[in-house]
Amino acid sequence: MIRDKYQRPALLSQAPGPTRLKTSAMIASIAGADQPTRAAPFGHALVELAKTRADIVGLTADLSKYTDLHIFAKAYPDRFYQMGMAEQLLMGAAAGMAREGFTPFVTTYAVFATRRAYDFICMAIAEERLPVKIVCALPGLTTGYGPSHQATEDLAIFRGMPNLTIIDPCDALDIEQATPAIASHPGPVYMRLLRGNVPMVLDRYDYRFEIGKAKLLRDGDSALVISSGLMTMRALEAADMLAAQGVSVAVLHNPTIKPLDEATILAQAGRAGRPVFVAENHSAIGGLGEAVAALLMRKGVYNRFRQIALPDEFLDAGALPTLHDRYGLSAAAVAKTIRETTG
Amino acid sequence: MTQETNIRPNLSLAERAYRIRRHALRMGEVQGQGYIAQALGVADVLAVSYFHALTYRPGEPEWEGRDRFLLSIGHYAIALYAALIEAGVLPEDELETYGGDDSRLPMSGMAAYTPGMEITGGSLGQGLSIAVGMALALKRKASKAYVYCLFSDGELDEGAVWEAAMSAGSHKLDNLIGVVDVNNMQADGPSKGVLNFEPLGPKFEAFGWNVERVDGNDIDALVRAFDAARHGAAPGPRIVICDTKMAKGVPFLEARERNHFLRVEAEEWTLALAALDAGRQI
Repeated sequence: MIRDKYQRPALLSQAPGPTRLKTSAMIASIAGADQPTRAAPFGHALVELAKTRADIVGLTADLSKYTDLHIFAKAYPDRFYQMGMAEQLLMGAAAGMAREGFTPFVTTYAVFATRRAYDFICMAIAEERLPVKIVCALPGLTTGYGPSHQATEDLAIFRGMPNLTIIDPCDALDIEQATPAIASHPGPVYMRLLRGNVPMVLDRYDYRFEIGKAKLLRDGDSALVISSGLMTMRALEAADMLAAQGVSVAVLHNPTIKPLDEATILAQAGRAGRPVFVAENHSAIGGLGEAVAALLMRKGVYNRFRQIALPDEFLDAGALPTLHDRYGLSAAAVAKTIRETTG
Repeated sequence: MTQETNIRPNLSLAERAYRIRRHALRMGEVQGQGYIAQALGVADVLAVSYFHALTYRPGEPEWEGRDRFLLSIGHYAIALYAALIEAGVLPEDELETYGGDDSRLPMSGMAAYTPGMEITGGSLGQGLSIAVGMALALKRKASKAYVYCLFSDGELDEGAVWEAAMSAGSHKLDNLIGVVDVNNMQADGPSKGVLNFEPLGPKFEAFGWNVERVDGNDIDALVRAFDAARHGAAPGPRIVICDTKMAKGVPFLEARERNHFLRVEAEEWTLALAALDAGRQI
């Protein structure tokens, strides 16, 4: 928290100024005003997949509406299991269903899966490589509700878990393609979810989601941004802004946090003299940035390196656009960081 | 007796319990220490489970029609191995590998190691949640199989047990049979002193379960309770609460005050086996 304890804000009536944004709903849309979106891409993709996959069931801990699983629940009411607000039970029961041959898609918020249910995911699911797909809304900083709902360390928590594949999709297209891909993947998967009206960005690029593959979306000589999740759209936007200023930025989208696509990352990050930025919607500790840094150190790649990530702090509550600016995740903030570093 | 095949089919349940205790003591001797008292205490419950209640095929541990028996208390593995040996699921000669390098019988039970071990227990309090998922799945498959989940009074400290208990009641899982070993001993001392869980029967009743509470070392009482659990017409999950005596059957070990993790001197194993033999009911 940046504010002092009980610090009283300036009142609008006393200090009239620019319009102050409101926190808005629990899950604020990350879409820009004129950005094309798709509604509930995960829910619709799962319904489509379930037509041909009778083994797919859906479980939630009282958050179907907020994870887009309600779309599946409506289409397949007998394949939907409401487990109540009990995340340990949720994961244990999913393990039991997977043992009996089903492929459970399990949804809750990222904070609850990581912080409350870790041991159950670890021992009941991951240790036995059961095909449970854990799909969690509110990854990183995607709500203004404060630390109780901001999963700023979910990747740090889960990266240490053996057997677990971790996916951080960028947009609606990524989610639509990742949903069947993780269902076909033999082991457990954690996928960070953007829900509601989710921006559609990657359809403008020659792109297809593949587990374990990083994809170069645009090339450039001045800097390389390796990014995952919504930070890929921010990086693309920042690259557009910088191109207008004569700075050409390459963007490597890396939606699989684990296992890391080491070959592609090394090939791109090894280009001499091009600084490497890693942009992630996550704490600077334990996420994609540190994973890439460790890889580059191990392999002797010593280009300039900088993380664009959230600070190691419990973050403020407030309106999401304000917070993304404050903590450096907005496109403008990303462009500024790259500009400062590349000089 | 409902298992499809069985070696030595004419042995009494009391004799089965005796033999399970003997297998457990022999495994204990390999390590020189371990969760012997729990194994001796729960042997009658396992004898009634594997030789009266459960449907299974000893040579086909993953047979789809089997009743699932989940060991939530991973450190009771020594007891379940003894029962699985007696049931013909595991060969008796593997006793000597218990807890050793590359053994299929690790000290804490793990599904990937041992035929007949349905889940990886050990992180206490997880079994009943997994059992809920399996019971829901079996209903989805229209299977007639039961899910049994053996857990301990110590595990009742874990909040997740009560999440699962509420869920099983809410989903009316009449194919789920919980079996609680109440031996009133956990790592730090007598269970009721660590965290009082009584009155236990009424707690489960309040969560929608059909409750039987019996002396877990009384085979006739266990048979009646397991029959009631399996054949009762009432909706909802069933639980058999078994009050057992730690180290039952070996009086000088029963008398040890702190017997959660027993250390037994080398010469005492022979004495323990002799004491067990002396109490054998023929």
